[in-house]
Amino acid sequence: SDDDAYPDAEKSNLPVFTMDYPRIQIPFEITLWMLLASFAKIGFHVYHKITVWVPESCLLISIGLIVGAIMHSVHEEPPAVLTSNVFFLYMLPPIVLDSGYFMPTRPFFENIGTVFWYAVMGTLWNSIGIGISLFTICQIEAFGVQDINLQENLLFASIISAVDPVAVLGVFEDVSVNEQLYIVVFGECLFNDAVTVVLYNMFSFVADMPVVEPVDVFLGVARFFVVGLGGMGFGILFGFVAAFTTRFTSKVREIEPLFIFMFSYLAYLVSELFAISSIMAIVCCALTMKYYVEENVSQRSCTTIRHVVKMLGSISETLIFFFLGVVTITTEHEWNWAYILFTLLFAFVWRGLGILVLTQIINPFRTISFNLKDQFGMAYGGLRGAISFALAFTLPDTIGRKQLFVTATIVIILFTVFLQGISIRPLIEFINVRRTNRNVDTINVEIHCRLMEHTMAGIEDLCGQWSHFYWKDKFMKFNNRVLRRILIRDNRAESSIVALYKKLELQNAMEILDTVSGDISAAPSIVSLQYETRISAKPKKKFFAEDLKNMHNILSKNMYKIRQRTVAYTSKYALPNDSQPREILIRRHSSIRRSLRPGSFHLYYYFFFFFSDEHETMSEVAYPARHSRFGQPKRSASGAMMPLHRLDTLKEVPSVDVLNESEKGSTSRGVSRTNSSYSDSRVPARGSPPSL
Amino acid sequence: MGSRASTLLREEEIEEIKKETGFSHSQITRLYSRFTSLDKGENGTLREDQVNFRGFMRTLAHFRPVEDNEKNKNPPTTEPLNSRTNKLLFAFRLYDLDRDDKISRDELLQVLRMMVGVNISDEQLGSIADRTIQEADQNGDNCISFQEFMKVLEKVDVEQKMSIRFLH
Repeated sequence: SDDDAYPDAEKSNLPVFTMDYPRIQIPFEITLWMLLASFAKIGFHVYHKITVWVPESCLLISIGLIVGAIMHSVHEEPPAVLTSNVFFLYMLPPIVLDSGYFMPTRPFFENIGTVFWYAVMGTLWNSIGIGISLFTICQIEAFGVQDINLQENLLFASIISAVDPVAVLGVFEDVSVNEQLYIVVFGECLFNDAVTVVLYNMFSFVADMPVVEPVDVFLGVARFFVVGLGGMGFGILFGFVAAFTTRFTSKVREIEPLFIFMFSYLAYLVSELFAISSIMAIVCCALTMKYYVEENVSQRSCTTIRHVVKMLGSISETLIFFFLGVVTITTEHEWNWAYILFTLLFAFVWRGLGILVLTQIINPFRTISFNLKDQFGMAYGGLRGAISFALAFTLPDTIGRKQLFVTATIVIILFTVFLQGISIRPLIEFINVRRTNRNVDTINVEIHCRLMEHTMAGIEDLCGQWSHFYWKDKFMKFNNRVLRRILIRDNRAESSIVALYKKLELQNAMEILDTVSGDISAAPSIVSLQYETRISAKPKKKFFAEDLKNMHNILSKNMYKIRQRTVAYTSKYALPNDSQPREILIRRHSSIRRSLRPGSFHLYYYFFFFFSDEHETMSEVAYPARHSRFGQPKRSASGAMMPLHRLDTLKEVPSVDVLNESEKGSTSRGVSRTNSSYSDSRVPARGSPPSL
Repeated sequence: MGSRASTLLREEEIEEIKKETGFSHSQITRLYSRFTSLDKGENGTLREDQVNFRGFMRTLAHFRPVEDNEKNKNPPTTEPLNSRTNKLLFAFRLYDLDRDDKISRDELLQVLRMMVGVNISDEQLGSIADRTIQEADQNGDNCISFQEFMKVLEKVDVEQKMSIRFLH
């Protein structure tokens, strides 16, 4: 401060207003950059039409370009975000955690062979193919790139063969491509990051060496396995530790989400320590953890975890693309027409060839083979993104032509993201890739299709398709006998069902509240209930288009969704919809009540036949025997809260088995409804709720 | 899994089931082990309603995927259980509880009520049921016959919707 520099200056008074920028500079700038990128995101969605046609990554890069141009013109340096440490330690883990946590597990495991096949072999094929072709190009004198040797070419090729179909996944989802294609692309995206990093490390190690011996190649392969399996091992280990820890966190609910993040980050860091695939580690950690943790933690923690994972992943991704734009302007480029154009060409060609060849080989092993349109979707969807970008920047400076590589990488990324990213949606719609059939024109179709889907869910349960995989079967048994006992808070087995039930009923109540306030037409109005007594036997009602639309609305909002083991689609940019478990319970309750009516026995038979399931946690509850255990409910004052008022109207609907018929059957529903209206803090102590 | 299950299921039975349903040998043995694991009471049937293994297989046979071109050159004499028509018949029978080959308004309402949450009033559901019958009914009897049912679903890919990949 000034006092030090001029000790004998006149005594100054207490400064009222001071400023100390350097102290806060770094966090301040980080925050500003994050805010700027987030504002850009908000801005895109203001005008919705843009985001339909132009993927978000393009927009972000464009904004980044603009900002970079501004910075360049005022000769500012961009923040040193793309140093190796910052990217790989801070920006990459959230993205990978996001992908891993929301991975749809069932389709993934069903297609795991295919996913690994494409990820590993595809990346290898691309790297080696592109590397060798570029090397042959380098031999041509006219292009002036003779100084790049084979190792460096291979290194560069491994960088640009990492596909990152973030934009593509968004399009696939909007266009509802078939699930197989989606999951293969998703899985490939995740796991080829791991392969790329392995290859990159290998080649950069090798690039330093003047001579490559065969034993090095062999060691490289061995190292690949160490890296891959080691990563998975660490991930699973940390996943179990995290699950085990959450078993004991019932008293410290506030910090439950912390464990998830800390353990997955720890998995990542420890893998980085041993230089094994940290991406695989964090993905495996997330996969393992999720199943057990979500049973142990409270509802709020669960929501928090999901939200925060999504948030971190989203912001990291945004920042990365943003900085891609900024840095494009501000770095020094080295341009070489030939090299760059040939890189583009080879990237396309080898990707296309690779998909073609690999699919031919793997198709016989698949039950649902990929046709040419699917293959086109996969090949064309091979955009490059963040990983390539970061890897290019972290190339060691010993590589002579580093700038050229950086420039070429950026060109490829921009090219694929902009050109392919924008054109993939119209192309996919044009060639009409096989889609999941989601169009509905008549009410008949909607109803009957839903019925068929319910039937299928039941039949699949009957067949126990899941357990027909031998290893899956063994694992599930091991899981039930050993792992769940250790990792899940088992001493709460009884009341955990009640807790889960309360959780679900609460969700349901909130959902009903949403429906009521959100869309009046979907909820029964008090007026219409009074009309029930009048049996309207109108001949041939006229149905207007308006009525039809309302009907579709009502049906789609109110028909039970098919119970699936996992969500088939997860949106990259939104949280998954988790409404299935509740429907199981409510359905079961309706089936109980219905079964108590005389003459409805055959309906119960249908329910058994189609809707019984053996595997879920609820299977311990054998319904007909146990419903009698519900104690007398305390029907305390419930009229005060809006949701309950709505729910009470249930009583008036005669066809749904009314509570006055049999008290036993009613208590199940009644109790739940009353309980659900209370917030957590008012829930009576564990002793009093009915024991299941 | 293998030896214990197959001793309870005789070869001739497997052959019969194969002919009737079109499953392969390994699929039948696999499903038999599944059946026995479901059959908790170990009396050869599921529940008191006596769904025995044959019935089980017959039901499941509806859900085999439809083959594009028949492997055997001579077409089967009776329509295979997993043809499109039979799949649709299965779905039809889920509605038509009294087996009079017609879906009446009440039967439709019953199923609708099962499929739908608590928010819908009876009147609304009644409207939906009326609309459903109106869309499908062609001969004016206020019921949906099987032919009408098939017609309404002609554009829907039933073969794909009602098929499971049975593992070998």
